[in-house]
Amino acid sequence: MSNANTNTSKKTDEVAIQLNGVHKWYGQFHVLKDINLTVQRGERIVICGPSGSGKSTLIRCINRLEEHQQGDIIVDNIELTGNLKHIDAIRREVGMCFQHFNLFPHLTVLENCTLAPIWVRKMPKKEAEEIAMHYLERVKIPDQALKFPGQLSGGQQQRVAIARSLCMNPRIMLFDEPTSALDPEMIAEVLDTMIELAHTGMTMICVTHEMGFARKVADRVIFMDGGEIIEENVPEEFFNNPQSDRTQKFLSQILAH
Amino acid sequence: MSAETAQNARRSGGASLFTDQRFRSLFYQALVVGLLGAFIVFIVFNTAQNIEKRGIQTGFDFLSAPAGYDIAISPFIEYTAQHSHGRVFLVGLFNTLLVSALGIIAATILGVFLGVLRLSPNWLVSRVVYCYVEMTRNVPLLLQILLWYAIFLGLPSVKQSMSFFNDTFFLNQRGLILPEPLPSDGFMWVPIALIIGLVASFIFAKWAHKTQDATGKIYPVFLINTAMILGLPILAFAAMGFPLDFAYAELKGFNFKGGMTIKPEFTALWFALSLYTAAFISETVRAGIQSVSHGQTEASEALGLRPSWTMRLVVLPQALRVIIPPMTSQYLNLTKNSSLAVAIGYPDIVQSFGGVTLNQTGQAIEVIFITMLVYLTISLVISSFMNWYNNRVRLVER
Repeated sequence: MSNANTNTSKKTDEVAIQLNGVHKWYGQFHVLKDINLTVQRGERIVICGPSGSGKSTLIRCINRLEEHQQGDIIVDNIELTGNLKHIDAIRREVGMCFQHFNLFPHLTVLENCTLAPIWVRKMPKKEAEEIAMHYLERVKIPDQALKFPGQLSGGQQQRVAIARSLCMNPRIMLFDEPTSALDPEMIAEVLDTMIELAHTGMTMICVTHEMGFARKVADRVIFMDGGEIIEENVPEEFFNNPQSDRTQKFLSQILAH
Repeated sequence: MSAETAQNARRSGGASLFTDQRFRSLFYQALVVGLLGAFIVFIVFNTAQNIEKRGIQTGFDFLSAPAGYDIAISPFIEYTAQHSHGRVFLVGLFNTLLVSALGIIAATILGVFLGVLRLSPNWLVSRVVYCYVEMTRNVPLLLQILLWYAIFLGLPSVKQSMSFFNDTFFLNQRGLILPEPLPSDGFMWVPIALIIGLVASFIFAKWAHKTQDATGKIYPVFLINTAMILGLPILAFAAMGFPLDFAYAELKGFNFKGGMTIKPEFTALWFALSLYTAAFISETVRAGIQSVSHGQTEASEALGLRPSWTMRLVVLPQALRVIIPPMTSQYLNLTKNSSLAVAIGYPDIVQSFGGVTLNQTGQAIEVIFITMLVYLTISLVISSFMNWYNNRVRLVER
């Protein structure tokens, strides 16, 4: 991967996600401290930081897999509160990929992809299958459509998971360490899929330690530690000229090898 | 020397037949089969000799001989002391099937319910269920059967019967006395309507599935089908002008006349079997639901599926594959445990046919053989059905 951000940004002025003063506690433990973040439509953001820094919790708050206790989260002009209608509406527009893929093992690859369009979008089966095949082709595994997830490699499973999210035609994609559970030779195939997705202008927030990916596609890199956003900058500046000590330390550790 | 000949030399060098792996395993298998065969021959020979020595007549003629004793509970077929031992067999078989089938139904419903409650985030609810499960499954079933029987026998005597709903139901130590339903002309339309409802709901479910595939529209199939299955018979019942009368029981002298009686022996056995097995089933259900990782729920909800659909489409299908094999064991256990009926005199197959008939005729081998065959058949039917179902929900892995 080249170091230059080869990609012309598709970023717009429209706001996709806004977080104002978000706090979250797990019991006594303060996981998120006063998070303020605005993501424009089409913007690609990479969040990195040491483990336990709250980066996964942060993106899981955006589709309400975790509940925040203070502050506002506004996604696609919908405020995220306890209102189930709002939660449903946001989850329909926000796709998510997990570290452990979380494919449904009792359904075929194709059924994994059509489940939500059929039950949530109330789509005819045939149409859902056509869309699923379209996205499976885009992630380059249409020939595995009738297999079960347990029959695929990790990299293939993660690409299915990406296709499954895309079938809902989301406006925003969240990635929670999508390559952390993969063997090195499979990381590239997943990253390529994500890079391709980034080129389509999808709004993306990726929690990842793949700094090559960050350099290549990110519009902004965010560094978190201890539940706070320590630093955010364009990749060039972030990597070449980190401001805080903690960022420098983290980068020296992660880029050492 | 070529590599091949060197290898041959090594293979034959110092090797006896007995160090050969294949020969050795064959030898031990043959030895075990031989010993087992010899043992069976000995048993059969010994038994035949003993039977001859004591002058016992063998054969199945006793089945047509009159039984000469009464059986208190025979809800399905007519039975008097003049009927044959063959008839006793049928009465016992039906009584075993009755208590097992009702026990399986009750234990399943209660067990699933308790298993879900056990996972409740409410501390009190989950603790109460926990206590119930631990208390029930750690006390021997026989004691529980005796306990329930003692409770039912401790009810008031016939003269002091408890009466409910203006002398409609009576409860005393001889059982629960209900009015007997007497269907009049036109009642036959009610079961016909029920069958029509069942067939219609089956067709509707298929149609709704096809329609969803074709157009994406989702119908509330469960609600509509429940309404059809319950509603059609009620409609038919009302349309025919409620063609059902009841014969109410009345206290005449020392006992009740008319009505139907559910005997305490049946109720005690049914309660004990259901409550005991439900405790095990609830643990099975809990384990099954917990075996599905939370990531599955998260992935499903992140796709926008509501919690009820997540449960139905994602969690339950995966939980079932864990639940079904141990559930099968519980059903088999319940059926076999029903033979503890002998302790309180519920006339199941062991108490009536395997007990009284055996004692009266002395045909121990035949009676025990038939009784074992009955349990074996019931168990094989249950487990083959469950295996068939298990295959349907099985996961395909690499």
